[in-house]
Amino acid sequence: MSKKAGFLSSSIGKKFIMGITGLFLISFLVVHCFLNAFIFFNDGGLMFNIGAHFMATNWLIRAMEIVLFLGIILHIVQALVLTLENRKARPVAYHSTNGAANSKWYSRSMGLLGTLILMFLIIHLAHFWVVSRFTGIPTEDANGHEDLYAVMQVTFSQLWVVIVYVLAMISLAYHLMHGFQSAFQTFGLNHKKYTPLIKALGLWFSIIVPLIFALMPIAMYAGWVK
Amino acid sequence: MSHGNMNLTLKVWKQKNKNEKGRFETYDAKGISPDMSFLEMFDVVNEQLISSGKEPIAFDHDCREGICGMCSMYINGRPHGPKQGITTCQLHMRSFKDGDTIVVEPWRSAAFPVIKDLAVDRSSFDRIMSAGGFVSVNTGNVKDANNILIGKNEADEAFNAAACIGCGACVAACKNSSAMLFVSAKVSQLALLPQGQVEKQDRVLNMVKQMDEEGFGNCTNTGACEAECPKSISLENIARMNREYLGATLTQNK
Ligand code: HEM
Ligand code: SF4
Ligand code: FES
Repeated sequence: MSKKAGFLSSSIGKKFIMGITGLFLISFLVVHCFLNAFIFFNDGGLMFNIGAHFMATNWLIRAMEIVLFLGIILHIVQALVLTLENRKARPVAYHSTNGAANSKWYSRSMGLLGTLILMFLIIHLAHFWVVSRFTGIPTEDANGHEDLYAVMQVTFSQLWVVIVYVLAMISLAYHLMHGFQSAFQTFGLNHKKYTPLIKALGLWFSIIVPLIFALMPIAMYAGWVK
Repeated sequence: MSHGNMNLTLKVWKQKNKNEKGRFETYDAKGISPDMSFLEMFDVVNEQLISSGKEPIAFDHDCREGICGMCSMYINGRPHGPKQGITTCQLHMRSFKDGDTIVVEPWRSAAFPVIKDLAVDRSSFDRIMSAGGFVSVNTGNVKDANNILIGKNEADEAFNAAACIGCGACVAACKNSSAMLFVSAKVSQLALLPQGQVEKQDRVLNMVKQMDEEGFGNCTNTGACEAECPKSISLENIARMNREYLGATLTQNK
C-alpha cells in the first residue's frame, strides 16, 4: 500500500491540534475565572491581590504562561491554516445557501468569533498583562501587595471598555458553545451515553464562565464591588 | 390529477465544462404537476427546450428511487432540496408553491469539478474507495451464516453506515467541502465487521490520505452533513474514524 502522510499534517491531525489547544485554553479559563472571581469578595481587592500575587510569583504558573501563549498561537495559526484550506476546497461559492436549515450559525462562524476573541485578547493584554509585567502597577494595597485591583477599577470605570468586554464574552460564549463539544467529537469521543452529558456540560460551561467574566467589568462600573 | 398544476421560474446553473465559467440561466416551467418528481419536472422543461431547438439542461440521474446517489442538485440553498432524508429524485413538486422561483446549482467543491451544468465528476469518491474501501483478505468459501458471531449492535451500526449511497450531499452541504461523513461511513461499515477488521488500520490511513489529496476541506463538526444526508448517516461514524485514525497512527509498526 502507498506511503502514509504524517498524522499532524493530515486533516484529522490538524483538527486534533485545534481540539487539544482549545481544551487547554478552556482549562486556563477555569483557573482565570476562579481567581478573578475573588473580586466578588468585595473586600477592596485584598483577596484578589493575594491571588494575583501568587500567580505572578509562582514559577510553575510563570512557566505555564509561556505554554499558554504557545497554545494560543498554535490554536490561531492552525485555525488560519484550516480556514484557508477550507476556502480553497470551494473555489466557486454557492449563489444561495440555507445554512440555518442544517447547522447552528455559531458552528459556521468559529473563525469570525475567534477573530473577535483575538481582538479582545490584544486589548485585554494591554490593559492588565502589559501593566503588571512591564510598565508596573503604581500602588500597593493594605497587605503590601501590588494593587492590580485598583488597575482593574480604573480600567473598568470607562464605559467603552465595559462594552467591549461584554461583547467579547458573548463571542467567547458562542465560540465555546460549539468548540467545547466539538473538541470531544474530534477526539473520537462520541458515545450514546456520554455525548449528551458532554454537550450539556459544554453548554453550561459556555454560558456560566463568560457570564462570570462579563459580570466583573459590569460590577465594577456599576459600583457593586468597591 | 391535473388540478393545481403549477407555473414556476427556474434559475439554473449553466456551465459548458469544468474550465469554462458558469452563469445562471432563467427558465419557465409551465403546467407542472405537483405529483411529479423534481427530475420529472426537469424532463418536461428539457423536452420543451429540445423541441424549440434550445440546449437542454444537463443533470445526472439513474435509479430515480433514491439508491444510486447520482441526482446531485443544490436546490434553494440545500442539497437535494428542502426535505430531509431524501434525494432529488424523491423530491416532489408539491414541496413547492405555484409561482415559486427555484434556484438550482451543482455541488460546488474543488474535488467535484463540474462536467456540464448540474452534473459533477465525483470520481474523487471512487479513488478514495480504491485506496482502501474493500476487503482483500481471503475469506474462503461461503460459510454457514452463523459461523462468525456478530453482535446485533455492531451489525446494525455497520448496516446503517453501509446505507451511504456516495451521493456527495455531505460535501455539498458542508461549508468546508469536507468528505468526512462519506469516508467515515465507508471506513465504519467495514471496520465494524470481523472480516473488515483485519485491514482496518491500513484502510483508515490510506482512505484519509486519499481524501486529503483530493482537495476536500477539513471538518469543523458543524453537523450540516448529517442533517442533509439522504440516508441519515450519523456523525458517530466521523468520531469512529477519528479514533481509528489516531489508533492506527500510534500502533502501526511500519
Ligand atoms: C484567539 C483567537 C481564537 C481564534 C482565532 C479561534 C478560532 C477557532 C477556529 C477557527 C476553530 C475551528 C472551528 C471548529 O473546529 O469548529 C476553533 C475551535 C475551537 N476553539 Fe478557538 N479560537 C480562538 C480562541 C479560542 C479560545 C480563547 C478558546 C477557549 C478558551 C478556544 C476554544 C476552541 C475550542 C474548544 C475549539 C474546538 C476544537 C475542535 O473542534 O476540535 N478558542 N477556534
Ligand atoms: S454520507 Fe450521506 S450525504 Fe454523504 S455520500 Fe453518503 S449518503 Fe450521501
Ligand atoms: S437518481 Fe438515483 S438516487 Fe436519485
